[in-house]
Amino acid sequence: MKRIGVDVGGTNTDAVLLDRQRVLHAVKTPTTADVTSGIVRALAALLAESRVGPRGIDAVMIGTTHFTNAVVQRQGLAPVAAVRIALPAAATLEPFVDWPPDLAQIVRGRTFMLRGGHEVDGRPIAPFDRAGMRGVAREIRAAGLRAVAVTAAFSPLNPTCEDEAVRILAEECPDVAVTPSHRIGRIGLLARENVALLNASLIDLARRTTRAFAQALEASGIQSPLYLTQNDGTVARADVAEAVPVYSFASGPTNSMRGAAFLSGLRDAIVVDVGGTTSDIGSLRHGFPREANNVVHVGGVRTLFRMPDLLSFGLGGGTLVDPGDPSRIGPRSVGYRLLERARVFGGPDLTCTDVAVAAGLVDLGDRSRVASLPAAFVAAALRGMHAMLEDGVDRLKADPAEVPLVAVGGACFLLPSRMSGISKVVHVPHQAVANAVGAAIAQVSGEVDQVFQDLTRDGAIAEGRRLAEERAVQAGADPATLDTVEVEDLPIAYLPGNSLRVRVRVVGDAARVLAAG
Amino acid sequence: MPTLRPMAEADFDALALGAWILGTGGGGDPYHSLLEIQKLHREGHRVSLMDPLDLGDDQLVAVVGQMGAPLVIQERMTDAGVMAETIRMMERHLGRRFEAIAIWEIGGNNAFQPFLAAALLGLPVVDADAMGRAFPQADMTTFAICDLPSYPWTMVDVRRNSLIFTEAEDWSWMERLTRKACTVLGSVAATCKAPRTGREIKTCTILHTASKAMRIGRLVQDARARHADPIAVLIEAEHGLLIFRGKVRDVYRRTTEGYLRGSATIEGTEAWRESALTLDFQNEFTVGRQDGAVRVTVPDLICVLDTESGEAIGTETLRYGQRVTVVALPAPPLLVSAKGLRHVGPRAFGYDLDFRSIFERAER
Repeated sequence: MKRIGVDVGGTNTDAVLLDRQRVLHAVKTPTTADVTSGIVRALAALLAESRVGPRGIDAVMIGTTHFTNAVVQRQGLAPVAAVRIALPAAATLEPFVDWPPDLAQIVRGRTFMLRGGHEVDGRPIAPFDRAGMRGVAREIRAAGLRAVAVTAAFSPLNPTCEDEAVRILAEECPDVAVTPSHRIGRIGLLARENVALLNASLIDLARRTTRAFAQALEASGIQSPLYLTQNDGTVARADVAEAVPVYSFASGPTNSMRGAAFLSGLRDAIVVDVGGTTSDIGSLRHGFPREANNVVHVGGVRTLFRMPDLLSFGLGGGTLVDPGDPSRIGPRSVGYRLLERARVFGGPDLTCTDVAVAAGLVDLGDRSRVASLPAAFVAAALRGMHAMLEDGVDRLKADPAEVPLVAVGGACFLLPSRMSGISKVVHVPHQAVANAVGAAIAQVSGEVDQVFQDLTRDGAIAEGRRLAEERAVQAGADPATLDTVEVEDLPIAYLPGNSLRVRVRVVGDAARVLAAG
Repeated sequence: MPTLRPMAEADFDALALGAWILGTGGGGDPYHSLLEIQKLHREGHRVSLMDPLDLGDDQLVAVVGQMGAPLVIQERMTDAGVMAETIRMMERHLGRRFEAIAIWEIGGNNAFQPFLAAALLGLPVVDADAMGRAFPQADMTTFAICDLPSYPWTMVDVRRNSLIFTEAEDWSWMERLTRKACTVLGSVAATCKAPRTGREIKTCTILHTASKAMRIGRLVQDARARHADPIAVLIEAEHGLLIFRGKVRDVYRRTTEGYLRGSATIEGTEAWRESALTLDFQNEFTVGRQDGAVRVTVPDLICVLDTESGEAIGTETLRYGQRVTVVALPAPPLLVSAKGLRHVGPRAFGYDLDFRSIFERAER
């Protein structure tokens, strides 16, 4: 089975071709403004240089930072109508209440609050105000809004109010894109609503981007299914994924971690991606990035995303070192201008790359340009960088036992060869395109996070697993390869009937042959 | 003339941080209440904090709290208007007006309920509470320890379903009756507890606990801003003890008799390598055993904090792999008196254990 993995980054578009467990070929090309032509160029180079015909490709997985960049840079976001169904509960804190004002200004189209929603035990809070919903739908149409986020109280337990709202919206304004919150979020109305609002504001961009990806495939003559990579190291079919762009937010770092796992053959390890400006440290468990514990802020918005637990800090190949004091390293960096600013490339600035070249850790540029650095200075600066990396690794490690560390990224030569708590530092081939490799090997997942009542613990977990497996297969997983990677149960205080909140995540390989629909 | 200290918007940030730490794992995350009080503040509603010692003996004081499951509060959030309505309802029942509002439970989300009601009613909030921390039951309060009457209670939900509990045999019965009603209302309801006189507040509460929570919150904020260790600063200032530092290895949770019960095992790092601490909880952390030997029990405050940020971690959000630091803070003297321990000591939580403060153990 031949797969292509593509990483569309802000600077480069990388592509790799995998034949089962083997990397056949890798290319790196500049990202283009229209996205499509950059991918077309990368795919053309990949196919030509590896002498594989477009019809020999079984699947293409694309990872992109487009959606998170849109939020961070406040660009390409659509105004959204927020519909909350929970009155008379949840009345005091309106939608967008905890958003950064500049982002709320862009995304807040209109906000509506309606009676309805459910209690934790499944009873209605109040009868759903259907007539009011129809009126809201007409107002949305009149206002010309094209994106809607619908959030009902306890919809992860009982989605019927959100489902009805979606039906009414489809009748009254069939052209709008609707994000019902229960499709995306966990318990916690405000955080779930925030994710739904972000998602709704990105759907149009996601559709355009996904279309550009599909056109690139078509232009390259590739007829295989197209997948988009997700925050959690899995993929979803493009037609499913384009409705939930928020799931692709953190796919860049996740792909590099997954790629590191694949290239090294390790399932439990620390991964350090040393780039030009920052180092990202993550933890692999069972071959997947460990997720963050609690709330995650994206572009200043408080969410309960499924995101990898990453530690990022300012140390990379372009990070500045104070020529007068080797212990003062960063956080400023020359960033993408390394090739013009670093001393070994003829520039004026002393960077971590210069120190590494002087120390003989890597052969880049003109070594004679850093020959005048005193050996004691170089040693002290290296000690400082190593201490930063060791400290970061120690802060992220969740297991006292020694684990291996996989080094990826363009500046991974900055990593020391021995570190405390680390059994060995592993360098791998193709480390510069680990992102694209991670995309190529991504799996398909299904997740359940739901409260079950009047079931035994085993019964509730079994039901959760069944639903998660069903969702994974719907998302395109091969049923024969399903594997449960996470099970968590949480009895809920004060509630009757042995209420148990169960979270299950199931993954499987992308099915080789998939129907288009 | 009582001195009233106006609350600034930033005071509420500090209150939220500190109250969540004093929640000792329970009490619920105050985040939504913090948003609501800040919104009311921006709309021009102002609240003042009153020293309880300035209360006249016969002044009438309301005591309010939000009852229910923290998870439900995450969906239904809080509502200042409903909280205020419990107080109005009690006033109608008594035929008298309240002159101030005291805090029922300083730990967690309930630290904010008096401020939310006070913002709408224009009453001052009394700087005192009935727990000095968080506890799961109404019979675990200083009012119960002091044998004050447990009734009447009023209870209101968002639909304005309103109940009054005119009499109960004792605090345990009041707890049982109100818990059932709260479950029917969707497992969250606003309550105005038995009214208190100024004299009762002055003699039968833990004094100055809102100030304490804000002080703790500011300590943590300042330490973060200085890139200092917030936990070390907290321990130093509040005469606490660093019990243990490590990573959460296992969390076992069970719902029994309407509470979140269970235990968490933390595997030691640094000086605690090769050692493990097991923390039991009933909503809040109750007993800590290091390698099988009891080290700390209620009513000493057992706080589990994020090792990096000093942020409190609740028993519902404690998760595998979290890096945590366990800190004990001393319990208020009333709770560790002989009578106090009958209500809030280890035996009140079903343990066959006598209370010995970790701070006495540490002195030996």
